[in-house]
Amino acid sequence: MMSITLTESAAQRVADFIAKRGKGVGLRLGVRTSGCSGMAYKLEFADHIEADDLVFTDHGVSVLVDPKSLPYIDGMELDFTREGLNEGFKFNNPNVKDACGCGESFNV
Amino acid sequence: MALLQISEPGLSTAPHQHRLAVGIDLGTTNSLVASVRNGVAMVLNDADGRALLPSVVRYQVNAAPVVGYAAQHMQSRDPFNTIVSAKRFMGRALADIADAASYPYHFADAPSMVQWRTAAGVKNAVEVSAEILSVLRTRAELTLGGVLMGAVITVPAYFDDAQRQATKDAAQLAGIHVLRLLNEPTAAAIAYGLDNAAEGVYAVYDLGGGTFDISVLRLSHGVFEVLSTNGDSALGGDDFDQRLFCWILEQARFPDLTPEDNRLLLTHARAAKEALTEYPEVSITAVLASGLTIDMVLTAEKFNELTAALVNKTLQPVRKALRDARLSIEDICGVVMVGGATRMPCIQAAVASLFGQPPLTNLDPDKVVALGAAMQANVLAGNRQDEEDWLLLDVTPLSLGIETMGGLVEKIIPRNTTLPVARAQEFTTHKDGQTAMSIHVLQGERELVTDCRSLARFELRGIPPMVAGAARIRVSFQVDADGLLSVAAQEMQSGVQAAVTVKPTYGLGDEDIAKMLQAGNTFAREDMAARALQEVRVDAGRLIDATQTALEEDGTNLLSSDDYANILAAMQALGEVLLGTDHLAIKAATEKLNQATTEFAARRMDTHVRQALAGQNLDEISSKFG
Repeated sequence: MMSITLTESAAQRVADFIAKRGKGVGLRLGVRTSGCSGMAYKLEFADHIEADDLVFTDHGVSVLVDPKSLPYIDGMELDFTREGLNEGFKFNNPNVKDACGCGESFNV
Repeated sequence: MALLQISEPGLSTAPHQHRLAVGIDLGTTNSLVASVRNGVAMVLNDADGRALLPSVVRYQVNAAPVVGYAAQHMQSRDPFNTIVSAKRFMGRALADIADAASYPYHFADAPSMVQWRTAAGVKNAVEVSAEILSVLRTRAELTLGGVLMGAVITVPAYFDDAQRQATKDAAQLAGIHVLRLLNEPTAAAIAYGLDNAAEGVYAVYDLGGGTFDISVLRLSHGVFEVLSTNGDSALGGDDFDQRLFCWILEQARFPDLTPEDNRLLLTHARAAKEALTEYPEVSITAVLASGLTIDMVLTAEKFNELTAALVNKTLQPVRKALRDARLSIEDICGVVMVGGATRMPCIQAAVASLFGQPPLTNLDPDKVVALGAAMQANVLAGNRQDEEDWLLLDVTPLSLGIETMGGLVEKIIPRNTTLPVARAQEFTTHKDGQTAMSIHVLQGERELVTDCRSLARFELRGIPPMVAGAARIRVSFQVDADGLLSVAAQEMQSGVQAAVTVKPTYGLGDEDIAKMLQAGNTFAREDMAARALQEVRVDAGRLIDATQTALEEDGTNLLSSDDYANILAAMQALGEVLLGTDHLAIKAATEKLNQATTEFAARRMDTHVRQALAGQNLDEISSKFG
């Protein structure tokens, strides 16, 4: 069973941001090959659902993932946290073996 | 791991390459920084959750300067070292500051820009502003979790080249890359999403703490253009507090108040004004140093009556700005409110009744400029798709031109021309064999050089010697999107050129700009007469020069003694009226000398052609001219 989940605070923020942005069908998560440690996350608003997208719905938010990315992020939880003045989204990805110091890119 | 933000579709950035860009509203009283995060523009708060950073810097001995609220609190205790309203001094010389005496500072004598003597040494407005920008930069980098790639910084639409350059210098000093300087009213219009709206003309009414600005913008084909600006650099929310404070004093009829009492009552006046935005009446109670108490009630109605004159004072510049843009009230599609003072219901009502429509007030008027700047920064940083891109146009606040013979100003770019702009005009030499030309760049509305402001001087050298009027010198003016000017001059035949980027000598006040604009109208008639006089003088001088040269060369061999005497007499007559100021007399005498020399000129032409052709056979001639 493949899955992507959102924490409640992440879902709340995503819904807020989409509402303020005024358009969008959901959130697109994925990976790209780049960065200092192999792979990098993709976190974008989605305006369309592509034909081969997998759609996960959690706390009322649609998360779209392309089939190629899914193996890298399957079982992942997206969280929204605050660190000092900064706040943003965090990927809790069980597939990651090691990441670069900052965690922005990773290896499976 | 690093915290991520949601990007627009297809615009996820590579790790460590986030294009973090912010918008900064560098205000006279308060400054703010904002950024687009997760697709939404938001003001970035400090660690205590406060959005505003008071634009106040306090310098200390052997310690870093203190910026913001902490500095503001020390303002009355350490007035010499606590610099407020530095923006008013940006790019200004001490001589430009009309009310310099009313500030508590130890001003230092400096040729270009005002300087303060502080505990940490001599500082100027650029350095003070850099301290403020530096704090905002640190706040932004902590909040966004990375190094800024750049910022859009807003400036008043009427800021001249010197003030814009000073703002850029301050950013550079603070280690901020300036993506673009953006006019404050344009930023406000962007924040309201007017760029997505239908085409039309919008007014931006900006009443801050101490300044009032009105701007008229036109949006067409997704492009913003500032049509006109006006305002009052000495009118703001503080004047409403002051008016109320005076009323309290009149009502209470207390003798001799201590300075502390004054400050206390002023604070109460301000609080009462703010409370009246929500309640129909407020009570003002205070205990003075003497133990006497003040207890009075102020109704909104009374407040409106007290401040009606101030409200009306803002409407006059509005009408002027419309007139400048050649528009009427009916042409305005919408009105944007900027500045904390626009929260006052009496202001909103006056604006609504003048424009015949309710103004836009749903965004926080303190934040709207910073939000718009952030949205623009986001576009310039490449975090949005091209199709949604805006191009922003601003205008030149005053006309730009060069000095021509006789101390006249030839305008090359008229005032209110939309930016960016490039214009060129051809000029020529005034004297035979002239090999250099001095280009004097000026800014202002008047006709005479002495009445305009000098921006730069440079020389074009290496012009090949030619007779007067034969050289073609192309002078081109270019003003970039930030409003900065570069001037180039090129002699078209030889290609020699010279150029200057106007890194302006600082020194022109808002009041001066207003005065210069007004003077341009008031003195229109005098200027016209002065220009007419200078023009005929230059013409006459040129003719006398040419006649003298011709007489020396050919006078004796081509002229009868009668003709010679006639020309000499006409020349002397012209020389005499030239000393006077009657431009019609000079014109008439010039015409006479012209007539007296027509025959002589024709004869000289014949002789010179004959000499040139003499001794050459027909083949040579046809090969030369064929």
